[in-house]
Amino acid sequence: MSTQEGGPGPLVARLREVVKTYDDEGLRVTAVNGMTFDIPRQRFAMIVGPSGSGKTTLLNLLGCIDTPSSGRIEVCGQDVAALSDNEVSDFRSRYIGFIFQNFNLIPVLSAYENVEYPLLLLGTGAAERRERTESMLESVGLTAQREHRPSQLSGGQKQRVAIARALVKGPELVLADEPTANLDSHTGAAIIELMRRVQHELAATFIFSTHDPQLISHAEETYTIRDGKLIEHRSEAA
Amino acid sequence: MSLLLKIASRNILRNGRRSLMTTLAIAVGASAMLLFGEYLAFMILGLQTTMVQRIGHLTVSRQGYFELGSGNPAAYGISDYREVMKLIEDDPVLKPMLNVATPNVTLFGIAGNFDVDASKTFFGSGVVPSDRERMKQWNEYGFERTAPAQAPAMTDAEPNRGVIGVGLARILGLCERLKLGDCPARSAAAAAPPVSRAVKDFTELAKGDLEATRAAPGGGLPRIDLLAATAGGAPNVVSLYVARAEPQGVKELDDSYVVMPLGLAQQLLYGRGEHKAVGIVLQLHRTGDIPAARARLAALFKAHGLDLEVHDFSELQPVYKQIIGMMGAIFSFIAAIMGVIVLFTVVNTMSMSVMERVNEIGTTRALGVRRAGIRRQFVAEGLLLGILGASAGLLAGAAIAYAVNHAGLSWTPPMQARPVPLRLLSSGMQALVIGVWLGLVALATLAALIPANRAARMQVVDALRHV
Repeated sequence: MSTQEGGPGPLVARLREVVKTYDDEGLRVTAVNGMTFDIPRQRFAMIVGPSGSGKTTLLNLLGCIDTPSSGRIEVCGQDVAALSDNEVSDFRSRYIGFIFQNFNLIPVLSAYENVEYPLLLLGTGAAERRERTESMLESVGLTAQREHRPSQLSGGQKQRVAIARALVKGPELVLADEPTANLDSHTGAAIIELMRRVQHELAATFIFSTHDPQLISHAEETYTIRDGKLIEHRSEAA
Repeated sequence: MSLLLKIASRNILRNGRRSLMTTLAIAVGASAMLLFGEYLAFMILGLQTTMVQRIGHLTVSRQGYFELGSGNPAAYGISDYREVMKLIEDDPVLKPMLNVATPNVTLFGIAGNFDVDASKTFFGSGVVPSDRERMKQWNEYGFERTAPAQAPAMTDAEPNRGVIGVGLARILGLCERLKLGDCPARSAAAAAPPVSRAVKDFTELAKGDLEATRAAPGGGLPRIDLLAATAGGAPNVVSLYVARAEPQGVKELDDSYVVMPLGLAQQLLYGRGEHKAVGIVLQLHRTGDIPAARARLAALFKAHGLDLEVHDFSELQPVYKQIIGMMGAIFSFIAAIMGVIVLFTVVNTMSMSVMERVNEIGTTRALGVRRAGIRRQFVAEGLLLGILGASAGLLAGAAIAYAVNHAGLSWTPPMQARPVPLRLLSSGMQALVIGVWLGLVALATLAALIPANRAARMQVVDALRHV
């Protein structure tokens, strides 16, 4: 096992002795058990491990949608525990993009409107909003489907919209929980290529949870966890 | 359109059937409240019109008459009533408000038709016939009349001609002579009852006192004799030629009602003494002027040291307020039921919407929407449902009211004897329309707040995990 503390370059996340426990039907479960590690910026990072190892819980903690039972997490230089509920929402809105396994698009909004949504939350001006949304849709190759509702899109197209939605605001950190799990291998490969390209263009940090070997082969940083503990960290040269 | 309303409206359309049922429930509530409110307004204003036509808006009387004087009206007469009327009519504040100011005399006694040996206690009112006719024309709210206006039964030029209730005419055996329909024949026993001692006395008394009043020409009209006690306590009798019998709506009144010219009533009540008025009836142009007129009258009477008091028609006829109170309670009850239905329907609809969109709630929260934003989203949907339902309901209510008002329906309101066209009062009901609309929209919005709060309290992780 190797861990990094204050490794090369600035960090997007710092975890110190992070523990997350919860009750599952009366049973106390420790999903994250004293993790301490850093994640550098602008990297294509993977959290890998078997089912139930704590990948999703760790991602939730990094995404500031869950709070640790103990320990300390800094995301984009911010101690999340110091923020109020509203401040955490605003922090997510500004710095973090999410890509979900089930796409989680808003069903009553078109592809364009789904991508535009985070910019509306940020109060971006109309002209800039339009420009960025159209540019993002073009990047993911969905200009022709911009008026389609999610129900009118294929799985791959939905995930492209989700990627565009996650990236349109230029977040520092993009979190993706098994983004290819509901896609066929061909579409999954295309989505990985797309994310890799966009990550490179936007210089954002991507953190995935996955056990898809196809995805793992693209990782620049790989964090292997088991039973809520980090057991290995591999880092490719930048 | 803002993002909030865009998502809200699309979610409403997304669950079309459920939204339609919710909207319909709100619409039915709005229609029911509007139509019942319009019906109540029609009934209350109709009742007010009937009362104001009959007894005016305000009655000036001697202090204490309202509480104590009806048993002895002669003792509470206003001796200088003409000066009081002049004071009122010439007052610059009251003058523009006044439609009619007229003296009246109320009295009680026994009415008899000795051709058939029938008698009955009566409640009499002495009026100025021309003023009475003007009062009957009062129609502030523009109600239609069912029957064409009849020629006045009494005129100022005929001092012995009067009007009685249909019931009294029936009791006194005047059906045939007054050509009353639906009048049961008097039984043989009733037609020729044994002459009682009281009636004999009354007849003897009448023979002695009636010559003067009988001298006036009756024009072939049936005649009745009226007996009352004068201010001095002595019995007095006058004759009245019955020009017409008019139904009075309330049986007790119909069986005892006599309207006669003021002079005849004064002659009966005061005999050869000073002729006074028991009251001065004031009919205003507008009912809304009652408080101002009343305050001015009180100031006038105080300034001139007059021992007079003023009562409005709702005090003289407490049934008016009782009917308004009862109808208000019924309206409140119906509004409460409709409100509860709307409340539960919207809570149910929005709760189902929240349950179906848990994952969406988690997603939007993860994207950075605050708890308050989630709350606003669902409240906006309740607001839109309320606006749609209330607007549709009011439009439907207006269409139903139009149909009812043009269907030629009629009914007999309380305290009236003749049917009138049934109307749902749609004009001038802005307060009701706005009140119903705002009330239901507010209720739907508040109802949505309950599930909206539940949605806002969800933990992001739990919501995202929801399948």
